[in-house]
Amino acid sequence: MIAFLKLLFRNKLAAGGLILFGLVVVLAVLTPILPLANPDATATGDRFQPPFSPDHVMGTDHLGRDLLSRLLWGTRLSLAVGFVAALLAAFLGSAIGIVAGYFGQRTDNIIMRLVDMLMAFPYILLALAIVAALGPGLVNAMIAVAAVNIPFFARNIRGVTVSLARREFVDAARLAGMGHLRIIVFELLPNVAPVIVIAMSTTVGWMILETAGLSFLGLGSQPPQADLGSMLGEARSAMITSPHTSIVPGIMIFVIVMSINLLGDGVRDALDPRLRSGALTRPSAATLVDRGRAPAQDEAPSDQDLLSIQNLSTEFRVGRRCYRAVREVSLQARAGECLGVIGESGSGKSVTALSVMGLVASPPGVITGGAVRLRGEDLLGADYERLRSLRGDKVAYIFQDPLSTLHPLYRVSDQLIEAIQAHHAMPKAQARRRALELLEAVQIPNAESRLSSFPHEMSGGMRQRVSIAMALINDPDVVIADEPTTALDVTVQAQVLAILDDLRRKRDLAIIFITHDFGLVAQLCDRVAVMYAGQIVEEGPAKDLLERPAHPYTKRLMACVPELGQGRRQLEAIAGLPPAVDQLPDGCAFAPRCDKAQPSCKTGLVALRQNVDLPRKVRCHFPEEVA
Amino acid sequence: MSNAVQHNSSATPALKIERLSKTFELASGLLSRKTTAVRAVRPVSLEVQKGETLGLVGESGCGKSTLARMLVGLLPPTTGQIEIEGKALDTANPAAFGRLIQYVFQDPISSLNPRKSIRQIMATPLKRLHGMDKATREPRIREIFASVNLREEFLDRYPHEFSGGQAQRIGIARALAASPRIMILDEPVSALDVSVQAQVLNLLSDLKQQYDLTYVFITHDLAVVEAVSDRIVVLYFGAVVEVGPAENIFKMPRHPYTKLLADSAPVVGRPLAAPDTSHAELPDPLNPPAGCAFASRCPRATALCENSEPHLRSMGDDQFAACHHPLED
Amino acid sequence: MARYIFKRLISAIPVLLGITIIVFLIMASIPGDPATAILGSYATPENVARLNRDLGLDKPLFIRYFIWIGNLLTGDFGRSFSLNRPVLDEVLERFQATLVLAGVSFVLCSIFGILAGVVSAARQYGLADKLITFSVLIGISIPSFFLGMMMILTFAVNLRWLPVSGMFAIYGGGDLPDLVRHLVMPATALSVVATGVVARMSRSAMLEVLRQDFIRTARAKGVREHRVVLGHALRAAMVSIIPVLGIQAGFVLSGSVYVEMVFQWPGVGRMLVDAILKRDILLVQGGVVFVAACYVLFNICVDVAQSLLDPRIKT
Repeated sequence: MIAFLKLLFRNKLAAGGLILFGLVVVLAVLTPILPLANPDATATGDRFQPPFSPDHVMGTDHLGRDLLSRLLWGTRLSLAVGFVAALLAAFLGSAIGIVAGYFGQRTDNIIMRLVDMLMAFPYILLALAIVAALGPGLVNAMIAVAAVNIPFFARNIRGVTVSLARREFVDAARLAGMGHLRIIVFELLPNVAPVIVIAMSTTVGWMILETAGLSFLGLGSQPPQADLGSMLGEARSAMITSPHTSIVPGIMIFVIVMSINLLGDGVRDALDPRLRSGALTRPSAATLVDRGRAPAQDEAPSDQDLLSIQNLSTEFRVGRRCYRAVREVSLQARAGECLGVIGESGSGKSVTALSVMGLVASPPGVITGGAVRLRGEDLLGADYERLRSLRGDKVAYIFQDPLSTLHPLYRVSDQLIEAIQAHHAMPKAQARRRALELLEAVQIPNAESRLSSFPHEMSGGMRQRVSIAMALINDPDVVIADEPTTALDVTVQAQVLAILDDLRRKRDLAIIFITHDFGLVAQLCDRVAVMYAGQIVEEGPAKDLLERPAHPYTKRLMACVPELGQGRRQLEAIAGLPPAVDQLPDGCAFAPRCDKAQPSCKTGLVALRQNVDLPRKVRCHFPEEVA
Repeated sequence: MSNAVQHNSSATPALKIERLSKTFELASGLLSRKTTAVRAVRPVSLEVQKGETLGLVGESGCGKSTLARMLVGLLPPTTGQIEIEGKALDTANPAAFGRLIQYVFQDPISSLNPRKSIRQIMATPLKRLHGMDKATREPRIREIFASVNLREEFLDRYPHEFSGGQAQRIGIARALAASPRIMILDEPVSALDVSVQAQVLNLLSDLKQQYDLTYVFITHDLAVVEAVSDRIVVLYFGAVVEVGPAENIFKMPRHPYTKLLADSAPVVGRPLAAPDTSHAELPDPLNPPAGCAFASRCPRATALCENSEPHLRSMGDDQFAACHHPLED
Repeated sequence: MARYIFKRLISAIPVLLGITIIVFLIMASIPGDPATAILGSYATPENVARLNRDLGLDKPLFIRYFIWIGNLLTGDFGRSFSLNRPVLDEVLERFQATLVLAGVSFVLCSIFGILAGVVSAARQYGLADKLITFSVLIGISIPSFFLGMMMILTFAVNLRWLPVSGMFAIYGGGDLPDLVRHLVMPATALSVVATGVVARMSRSAMLEVLRQDFIRTARAKGVREHRVVLGHALRAAMVSIIPVLGIQAGFVLSGSVYVEMVFQWPGVGRMLVDAILKRDILLVQGGVVFVAACYVLFNICVDVAQSLLDPRIKT
């Protein structure tokens, strides 16, 4: 709760809304004890007094009643009615929504059909019909406004409940012996409550507006009692001669509704975890590069290095925290070679891959140092247009889950043709032929007809083949494959990898293959780099490294992985967890989990050193004996 | 451990399912009354002995999760029945199941209610299934927590404060709190990193000894299932295609699908081998083939396979396969 | 596609029936009888009874419903006693005026709302975004009837740029420029709130889409940024914007009631309010059913547009 208020007040607009709204509420609450004139006392002699008249600060209306007094009493009434309507609608609507969402199936079907039927009315028609039936009057207007909002709440809350009810914790609660009612009240409601609060805070202003509207039409509060809407309605006939009688209540409605809306937005932002984590910020076209010092030409890139990553560092800056996802990583990719980058989640392997072409979401990602050189050209210093012209043309990507990485609304042909035309002015027919060629190259059956398919019409394996085709369509020099088969079944994975391996040999591609699977590295890669906590801890030829790992982490990680054909066994485990990259320990990041760690491992930096006997680099003071 | 199969084979099995199946009815249109049926699980019969770990392995769409949900009563079966230690459970009542059989979920974070403290989560099965009062609950919670190697101070924290591995330990602890005889482990380590995966697998193995449990271990990872199971069941398209002892089934598969799975798994030191079939698609569940579901992908398929569904038959050495043309040694 | 449209039309039938039932039940629950309302409180009991019999009000509820629905299907919406003319004639005439007003406002709010939302999202936290967000906040907080009154005061009374009210000038006029001059203020007043809501939803839909994986794919392909935003992102965002437009159409239609009152626009909203105050039940009933049915048909169009945009919707 305190955290919530803090968040709310950090948002200046919301704080302003809260203060303004608080003032209005205080005034409304105090109205009965304030020294005000009787709001309903008519004095026809004093009609249409202008504002700042001696007895009437805000003037009088068409019957000579004190406008200030009527304004405050009207505000009181409008607020009360709006809130009661909102509470009624929220309570009934949420109850209906939770029940429909939790029970699903037939219950859901029947309830939602009814709700849809109510939502098939433009809301005012329903409200008018209800008022027509109940007769004009403030309470009836309130009932009408509440009633037309019930479907809104029901539908909203149902949606949230459905996704919650599918979550595994609800199944777990059932297995723990909870009944339906208990699950709804103790498991679902606490999770739905923030959504109800959000829905209420964003609609209460609107409901105040609507009740005022009905009163304005003469269907709400009846004279002499007046809420803000009926004050405005009564003033309408004298609008031209005495505009202040309309402006005063009109401004009040505006102030109330705006302060509630400001507050409501603040409440929503503070309660919605996605907004809180800043997840709804728009990632820019290229990752922000903020290299403190100009990158020195650290190592002259050798001619065979197509792509050279030099001392790359990438961070995520979230609030005051700084997650150092990639620290001083250097890698080289050569033509025709497959370089594996292996690590556990959070090791920085994907961020390294995405940093190459500036695809790390930014904000919060920032590349803070190093260089990425493609045939010697520094990509991090390049302007956006240069970077764009290389993306997909010289350096192409294949991502993990092809269902989310292909555009769901474009046909395969459109996506492939677009990839060509982003770089080459090629007639559409020719580009289409090229697309077909590539689909055949990745062995998609009936390639011609598949061109006009949408991604959702294909299986996972087929989609990933399309992704591969798309990556290769401009004959790139380097392909960066970020866990390309993790989302696929093992039999499909084998096929997709065989295709990729075949194509790289035919086309002399350099592949950077990001994975967490040692088996895949062994089968596919020539060289491999092992990452831990944002750093490369070991690098060398794949076969050699996997047979004789030199870094204790590599060795022990490999021992953790059960391998097919070794039968039933107790697995080695590494105690503890990888360090959080916003709180890295001093010294070697693996030292806290390492059984060989010495005091010297826990201070200072450990350098990545070339092993004298082997083509191997290791970041360890006490590497395993491998010679 | 591997002698558990023989050792207990004469006793009452811990879990016995007979012709358990699940068919989902899909409404095909608003006005038409006819529905389309998808057979997610074809009739499956299995026995799991006391103290055994039975591995269930298959790719997505093979029905393994549907089967698992039926085993714990979260999903009412269309046909068949479930017996636990000789007693039939014929109602789909998770609470009745809960005292005998518990479930560990794939996604550890999602299986914990984000708005409840770990203590509240742990207390629920003790309170609801065993009617314990607060005084008896507390020491029990501490005891279970210690056995899954978690610190007591974690009890007052909320799920989002935990890593995947820790959350999975909590999920296991909650399942243990119900004092079940059997645990269904549904991909319990798939969401975890390998170093953490090994921790959890070893923990499960220790707990099994300590609490005398029987496991049904569901996964898509052949290496994991081989490392933890006594016997393995291979599922394909909602049906059991092969059953056999863990040490043999992938070394000497009898069913061509099992062989395809074993050959596809990436193994250090084995060259990349693409399966010889060009398409790796499951049959359309709305329009299932008349014969063997694997026939269209199978190099050994004949006309017989296209037309007649093979049934599980003995291949010797406790191995069974549903194939007209099983592989020889 | 034709099949899908047909299916949607068929599925609208139960909704339309439901609407008639809801309206009928609400109207039937009115205390007191229409005969007294028509004849006035000095009518003799015999006259009231006779009128009730003539109106079929002595029959059971569900029979009255079927009689009413049968009449509706033959185009007989009954007769308005306050206007002394067939309900349908009056509703049709009034609905045209509403359609002009609400239609123009709907187009305005769709165009400006989406435009503002896209600009706002593409320039997130920039000056344009802040200006738009602030204007939207004011826009959605201002009651359309108050805005309308202030506009009349400013542009019609003080500046004398535009006519105060009505749809056409009383003398001369009646042509398109005259209509446009009369339409400017009410259409603006009516579309302000909806524009704000559409802009908000479009902004958040765009932001939601812009962080999807397929946007990263488009960038990785080297697609130009303006195409990423206006092609890939907007196209995907439209999937969630179009339903919002459908809902806003209902809000515009609803808001037209207030605006018609303020600007003396001869639309169906004003007719309904007058009918309620005069307790002309048949007119209310007929008007509500007719407009609701039109809205249902409009929503079918929205669904069809949605299915054209999104191939994942089963047609």
